[in-house]
Amino acid sequence: MAGQEQQQPQSRDDEFEDDAPATPPASGDAQASAATQGVDDLLDEIDGVLESNAEEFVRAFVQKGGQ
Amino acid sequence: MRVMGSETEYGIHAPSAPGANATMMSARVIQAYAQLTRQRAAGGAETRWDYTDEEPLHDARGWTLERNQADPSQLTDQPPVLDAEAVALAYGREELEQDGEDETGSLLMNMVLGNGARLYVDHAHPEYSSPEVTSPADAVTWDAAGDVVALSAVRRMAADPQLPPVNLYKNNTDNKSVSYGSHENYLMPRVVPFGDIVRGLTPFFITRQIMCGAGRVGIGQDSSRPGYQISQRADFFEAEVGLETTIRRPIINTRDEPHATADKYRRLHVIIGDANLSQVANYLKFGTTAMVLSLIEAGLAPRVEVHEPVAALQAVSHDTSLTATLRLLDGRRVTALDLQWIYYEAAAKLAQDTGVGDAVDGDGHTHALLERWAATLTDLDSNRPAAASSVEWLAKLSLLDGYRQRDGLEWNDARLGLVDLQWADVRPEKGLYHRMLARGRMDRIVDDETIARAVTEPPSDTRAFFRGRCVSSFSKDVVGASWDSVIFDVPGHGRLQRVPTREPLRGTEALTGGLFARHRDAGSFLAELLGQTPPPPPA
Repeated sequence: MAGQEQQQPQSRDDEFEDDAPATPPASGDAQASAATQGVDDLLDEIDGVLESNAEEFVRAFVQKGGQ
Repeated sequence: MRVMGSETEYGIHAPSAPGANATMMSARVIQAYAQLTRQRAAGGAETRWDYTDEEPLHDARGWTLERNQADPSQLTDQPPVLDAEAVALAYGREELEQDGEDETGSLLMNMVLGNGARLYVDHAHPEYSSPEVTSPADAVTWDAAGDVVALSAVRRMAADPQLPPVNLYKNNTDNKSVSYGSHENYLMPRVVPFGDIVRGLTPFFITRQIMCGAGRVGIGQDSSRPGYQISQRADFFEAEVGLETTIRRPIINTRDEPHATADKYRRLHVIIGDANLSQVANYLKFGTTAMVLSLIEAGLAPRVEVHEPVAALQAVSHDTSLTATLRLLDGRRVTALDLQWIYYEAAAKLAQDTGVGDAVDGDGHTHALLERWAATLTDLDSNRPAAASSVEWLAKLSLLDGYRQRDGLEWNDARLGLVDLQWADVRPEKGLYHRMLARGRMDRIVDDETIARAVTEPPSDTRAFFRGRCVSSFSKDVVGASWDSVIFDVPGHGRLQRVPTREPLRGTEALTGGLFARHRDAGSFLAELLGQTPPPPPA
């Protein structure tokens, strides 16, 4: 199908074989844990800006019909 | 590329005043912004809307709906006087007179802005309708300018101790069975048969949501089924083709108000899109749709027909794995991605054949757009983390999945509903999209300076330039304006002078910039414009 030339390597193993990375193969896990850390930081920030009392806030958001 | 524009109805909520009248609150949003523009422009920048050429009951299939057959919400060609009076009855005259009235004694429900946009109360929501632009990047810019307008009004109201704070949300549903729209408009030649538009666009509209859906927590109009889906709007569509926009919503809307020379143009009114905060999603929404319209005009739209379009639309929205297949009438089964690739291939071929897609000698827009379209489809297929920085429903989903994993939340947990709602808060400190943008997690098409300029400056290359400049330069003499007119009331003239602007690609900076530069006075400006005094000789 279309766009096959843009296909990315699907499996992590292929990627490492092709690219012969300077970093050890465990970097997959390292990347994953860095990504997890990024998400954790983001969630911590968002915890601080979320409206308090989620249930009440969401329930009270009632709109009249529009287009 | 093509004349286009956006319309955004904002969700409106005053957390400290539950049950407050939504129309009244929306009018206060308009009022708050009017107060700001009054400070900006000498003589007052707000201009009334001119309803003369509104024709919401004209159907593109060739007939006009009788007024008494129409739903009241379809009568958008009348000033919303009843709404204001209903509000007055509910709240008392005195409150209206305190802060709801402008100088002439009626509630201000409608403004034309110096950037050429319209800001008004639509039903029970504040709506920003962008000025006409000619490229998807400009569509993103002047749509995002509307979010800044909304934010300015929110800030203004927050600073007024007399008013309850009001929040605005760029979303499309309250998740309790109500939806409100985000529309697109595209100028097309009248000669293109409407049936071709319906056939060419329907499969595209069923599937473009995988690139430009904004994401929604909850399945079904009332969100009664727990889960997550791609589109804010999909569950609210019930018909394939129709005139309505507030009930029995159709995939293809037939409203035929060209707001331009009617025998030459049609304005295609698209009601199926989600309101987008993601710039890339918005860019792809306008750009790919404009290209598909070019395919239809050339008679080269892919010949595909989807079985049961409304059910297919919802099936695509409910399938975040993007693996569900749709049945075509010729018997094939394809995924939403397959269908988008079919449209992409056709659009890329047309762009190559006509030359508009050339990287150097093309139209300056199509090449970049095709690249972004292909890259987004490729990432959706095989590199979802990369797609999450531009595809809005994936970006929102990544945040929701973070919460689900960290806190073990089920889809019906109110905190996930709050993340969905607060994603769309227009305030940068509260809006979760804006938090992601600030962290560099969302890709950009335009920078903040460009958007800030578009709050006050009209696009240079459409009639919006003329409209916007009239409003900002001659605000005290402009008594009304609409998409296709500007009305002047110049002292010393017995009657109003209405300047028609029925050609969307005239009234540009190139054609009228000199006129605005030469005249400070509306009387002499009009005299030259209308040919009563000669223009200066060329330098």
